[in-house]
Parts: sequence; structure tokens; C-alpha cells
Amino acid sequence: MTEINRRRLLAAGGGVALAAGLTTACGSNTGRGGGSSGPEIKQWYHQYGEPGAERAVKRYAAAYRKADVSVQWRPGDYDRQTAAALLTDSGPDVFEVNGPLLEQIQGGQVVDLTDVVEPVKDDFHQAALAPKIWQDKVWGIPQVVDMQLLYYRKSLLREAGVRPPRTLDELVDGAKKLSNKKAKGLFLGNDGGVGVLGGTPLFAAGLSLVDADGKAGFDDPAAARTLTKIRQLYADKSLLLGAPTDWSDPAAFIQGLTAMQWSGLWALPQIKKALGDDFGVLPFPADGSGGKPSVPVGAYGSAVSARSRRKAEAKAFVKWLWVDRTDFQQDFALSYGFHIPARISLAKKAEQLREGPAADAVRLATDHGYAEPLLWTTADRTAYQDALSRIIKDGANPESELRTVVRKVNAELQRVRKK
Amino acid sequence: MLGPQRRNLWFWAFVGPFAVGLGLFTYVPLAWSVYLSFFDAHNTVSPSGADFVGLGNYGAMLSDASFLGSLGTFLLFTAFIVPATYVLSLALALMVNRLRFAQAFFRSVFFLPTACSYVVAAVIWKLSIFNGVRFGLANTVLGWFGADQTAWLSTTDPPWYWLVIVTVRLWLQAGFYMILFLAGLQRIPPQLYEAAAVDGARPGWQTFRHLTFPQLRATSVAVVLLLVINAFQAFDEFYNLLSDARGYPPYARPPLVYLYYTALGRDQNLGLGSAGAVILALIIAVATVVQARWFGLGRKEE
Repeated sequence: MTEINRRRLLAAGGGVALAAGLTTACGSNTGRGGGSSGPEIKQWYHQYGEPGAERAVKRYAAAYRKADVSVQWRPGDYDRQTAAALLTDSGPDVFEVNGPLLEQIQGGQVVDLTDVVEPVKDDFHQAALAPKIWQDKVWGIPQVVDMQLLYYRKSLLREAGVRPPRTLDELVDGAKKLSNKKAKGLFLGNDGGVGVLGGTPLFAAGLSLVDADGKAGFDDPAAARTLTKIRQLYADKSLLLGAPTDWSDPAAFIQGLTAMQWSGLWALPQIKKALGDDFGVLPFPADGSGGKPSVPVGAYGSAVSARSRRKAEAKAFVKWLWVDRTDFQQDFALSYGFHIPARISLAKKAEQLREGPAADAVRLATDHGYAEPLLWTTADRTAYQDALSRIIKDGANPESELRTVVRKVNAELQRVRKK
Repeated sequence: MLGPQRRNLWFWAFVGPFAVGLGLFTYVPLAWSVYLSFFDAHNTVSPSGADFVGLGNYGAMLSDASFLGSLGTFLLFTAFIVPATYVLSLALALMVNRLRFAQAFFRSVFFLPTACSYVVAAVIWKLSIFNGVRFGLANTVLGWFGADQTAWLSTTDPPWYWLVIVTVRLWLQAGFYMILFLAGLQRIPPQLYEAAAVDGARPGWQTFRHLTFPQLRATSVAVVLLLVINAFQAFDEFYNLLSDARGYPPYARPPLVYLYYTALGRDQNLGLGSAGAVILALIIAVATVVQARWFGLGRKEE
């Protein structure tokens, strides 16, 4: 056990970077541009589950003529792998990033891509682009937009006499009516929604994580009121908990373990294949008079490492792939998984997004999409999620829990803005 | 003259590479971690002088309710796992030791789980045995008696997740400690039992209490010491049972998991994480020394 612990921690830290270096040095990667004799650029992607995605990105890399781009497809905890690799010289030149995070930008780990994005800046989904901008500079190019939404099974709701919920109160009541010995009304993840919901209930109450003045945006009684209703879902035993797969996988919904599930747009093709037309999609419902429907959106971005020895070449490559080659962007978004292309013009052109629940989802993302702000740091997220867990599961007092989080978040915001 | 020199040469030829490895991969990182703990080292392992914060990280860690809470989790976990493993492994050893037939078979059966990875075992526990839906093994069995399905890892009241965490570790490590106790039992001279029988000691509890148990003292001390240190280093099963892509719940978060998220999380707060690691290492060292002195480890038997 002792050995395993040490190994794991080493592997998660510097060991990963070392291994990455060795792997690259050994040339175990593939996807090199066959005809190119230009400089070598290392590009990293996290492992997508969809078949064909890896082959596709290697095909894009091989089509680039000005450099020899080698693609690494990295399974496992990708965010930690890149975070560790960026501390070393053996990391990637170009990498896919769930961010970049403010700490990575402030730490000088990524290259300014403003001039690359500027000509087409307005064509990007603005909610997805906003968290990639710091001090008016763009630090990552959104690749595709992903969103989360509420799936509901039409037939089950009809049988129980429940209408698709338009308010949080209706969601709470409906989930209770839909729960029975065999199935539950709602699946928000095995932790009761602590991890996935994030700021969604706050947005549904008309609030935000960080307000326009750069302070905690949920120092408001409406926040506690809304979170009390999420607690109600748990207390009513309306939530499915402990399913074999978590919220991101539609298995529980398809298997009939739950009548409604919070999941991602990526799950839509699988659900459609299993249930045909017997499902619909909704935003997280609004709560209170100042509330509004809420749909979290996020975007993996392409970034250039500041430790790259070929920054100019790497920038030219990301411009070519994520700004110029719109055909590849469209292919990447829709031919393997199911995502909204990050460019509005491409999303409008996509056949797959024009009708049925997919078209509803795109409309919801456009009308109600919000992204976690760049200023919402990991420390903020942890403090908020811990409080959310105590509120939902332990029935802790939401007012006092949120007061503590507001204090912590304001102190953290002050810290990061000072840098 | 050449003899001792040659022996020295061979000594260093064999020990040298390991000593270098130990220094390079254990002591240098340890020293570097102590160094980092005095700096505001976000996203860097080579902070500049401007980032020097002195004991600031230590102050922050010691006033961090989550870190202190993780130490509380450790204490609770230790309170469960140490006595439970001790009793179970001792009971298994006593039973296996009494077997006249197939002793080697049962010894292997109980020892085999030790060879299983904590990660694999945790995943089996999480997905097959203690998942929260009606077709999980535990819920199926309870369903036969009309019980509702239980979300073992998601319910904090009652905290069923402890049952999952403790049983997986018990299954994995009881066999190893059983072997230690077996070795201890086999070192007890049979003449002692014969003498006890002659003196009128009844076999069973009386013999165990007044003869076997005192004779196992040295083994018991080593076992308890190892169990406590292992409990401090708990990571794998906690992480694999309770974490998901979005994080880790605030309950049942032992110190190593908390430090893993602090230092190697996306924030990469390596300074703060290092301070926590140093504090934890000191706590383990002090607890081990105190425990060893208390039990008289290493003292000659009187």
C-alpha cells in the first residue's frame, strides 16, 4: 500500500512529465505529417470516448504542411497531466485544455493568441470565448461547445401526470411524483448534484458566481432559497444515487432507473438511438421572480505552451487548424461525438443541429448559456462544492454555509486580481 | 589488504545504484518539498525570491478547516480500521493455525486479496457490490428482505460510506496481517501449552488470554504500528470510491487526498501542498515514535 501511494503520487506529479518526455522521445506517437520536413510540433489531446476522433485529429495533423505535427492521445487524468507537464520542457507545444485556468495564464504558462483569434472573434460562441479572455487578451481558442441540459422521458412524465418542469418548484414536485420503488424521478449525479450543478442553481435564481464588480455574485437570500430546494429533492428521496455510471453517461436514463437526468449534449445521439422520440430536453428551470432558465456551457480550447521552443510555429498551426480549416472544425464537432461547433457560422450550417431535441439544445445554449467565469478558481469551486454537499446531504443551514463561501471567494478574488 | 577493499568495492557496486536512486528520488524531492513549502509556488517548482512567504503556508494549512477536517477523517478511519483489522487478522490466524488439513490452501485463500490492487478492489466495491441501484449485490440481497435500495457512497446520514471504505480495506489487508500473526503463533513453543495444560489451564479463551496473546506481544506491536502508518497514508480506495471528475466530497477526505487536490489539482498550489505534506510527515513521525516508545518497541524483552 505504501509503495502504491508513493508511486501514484509520483506518477501524478513529475513522473507524468518524465513519462511524457520519454514517450515523445521514443516516438511512440503517430499522426506525423508524412510529407512534411518542417519543425516538429507536439500536440496533446485528452482521450475522447467516441470512435474515430483520434484518427480524425491525426488526419488533420498530417494535412498540415508547414510543420511535422505529432499527436499524443492521452488517457487518464488529462488536466493533471498537462498541469504537471507545463512545469517542464518536455511538455506539449500545442495542447487541448479545459481552460486555460487563470493560474495558468497568470503563471505565464500559455501564449497570448489574441492576434490569431482577432479576425474571427465575433464568430465564436461568446459564452464559450469569454472565459478564455484575460486582460483583453485571448489565451485559448474554443474548439467545440459542450453544454449540459435536462433530459426527460415523455412517456413516464405523461403516465405520472407530470408536465415538463418550467420552474424549480415544478421540478421538485415532479421528481417526487415520478419516484417509486423501482426508479427515481431525477438523476443529478451520484453525489446528488454537488459536482455537476456548480453555479447552475445560482444562475437559475438570477444570480452569478462572480458579479460585474468582481465580487461573489451570490451574496443574496435568493441563493439560499434555491439551494434549499435542491436539498428538498434529496430529502424527498427523489434523486437517483449510486448508479453504476455517473451523470455524464445516459445509461441510467436509458435503463429506466430515472425519469429525468441532467447530462450533456454528447449523450443525445445515444439517447435518441435508445428511446427514439420518447424524450425531450430542457434547461435547468428558473427559480423565483428574478430567476431565469440556466444552461451551463463550456469549451475545451487549444492553447500554446509558453515553454515551447517553437512558439511561432505552434501559433501558426493552431491558427491553421482552429481558425482557417473550418471543414476540420465542423468534422471534429459533429462526425464523432456530438458537440456544437464553437464558431456560430458553422453551428448554423450543421444539418445535425437543425431539428428535434438537438435544435432545442442549440437554442437553449444560445438563449440561456452561461460559462464559469475565468475568475472562479479551483479554490472557489472546492469551497462552494463542499458547502453544497453539506447543504444537500447533511441539511446544513444554507445561509451560514454560503456566508462562509462568500467570504472565501471574495478573499480569493482579491488575491487573484492583485497578480 | 585486498580482501576488505574488494568487499567494499562489491558493497558499493550493489548498494551504490540503490543509494543513488534513494537519494535522487526520495531525499532530493523531500528536501525540495520542504524548500517549496516556504514559497507561494503556484504552477511552479522553482519559485523566485519574490514568492518567499516564510511560514505563511504552514499558518494557512493549520487554519484551514478542510485540512483539519481531513485529519479528523483520518482519526475516525484509524479508530475503525486498526482494531477491526487487528481482530480479524488475529482471528483468521488462530483459525488457520488450528487446521490440521488444507492449512496451506486456506492460508493462500486469505492472503490472495493482498495481491489485488486497491484501485481494482475499490472499483469492484463501488460498481458491483455497493452501487446504489436495485441490481447492486448488497441492495439485491437486502431487497430479498424487503429493504429499500441504499445509496451506499452518497448517504451521509447514516454514513454508510464508512462501511464500504472499511470493508474494502479489511478484505485487502487482513490476509497480510494474518500471515504475520501466523508466523508469531508458530514461534510459540508447544511446551508452553503443555506446561499450561499440566497447570490446569483450560484450552480456548483461558489459554489464549494468558498464554497466546502475551506471547504475540512483539507481533502485535509491529502490526498496530504498521496499521496506523498505513491508515495515515490511505489514498487509493478513498480516491477511487468517492471522487469523480468534478472533485471529492467534503466527507471522508483523508489528508493525502486533500493534499493531492491542493498540490496536484488544477490549481497546482505546490507551496501550500508541500507545507501540508511536511505537517503530515511530522505528525506521522511523532505518532510513530510515541507509539513505539509506549509499546516499548525495540526494548529487550525482560
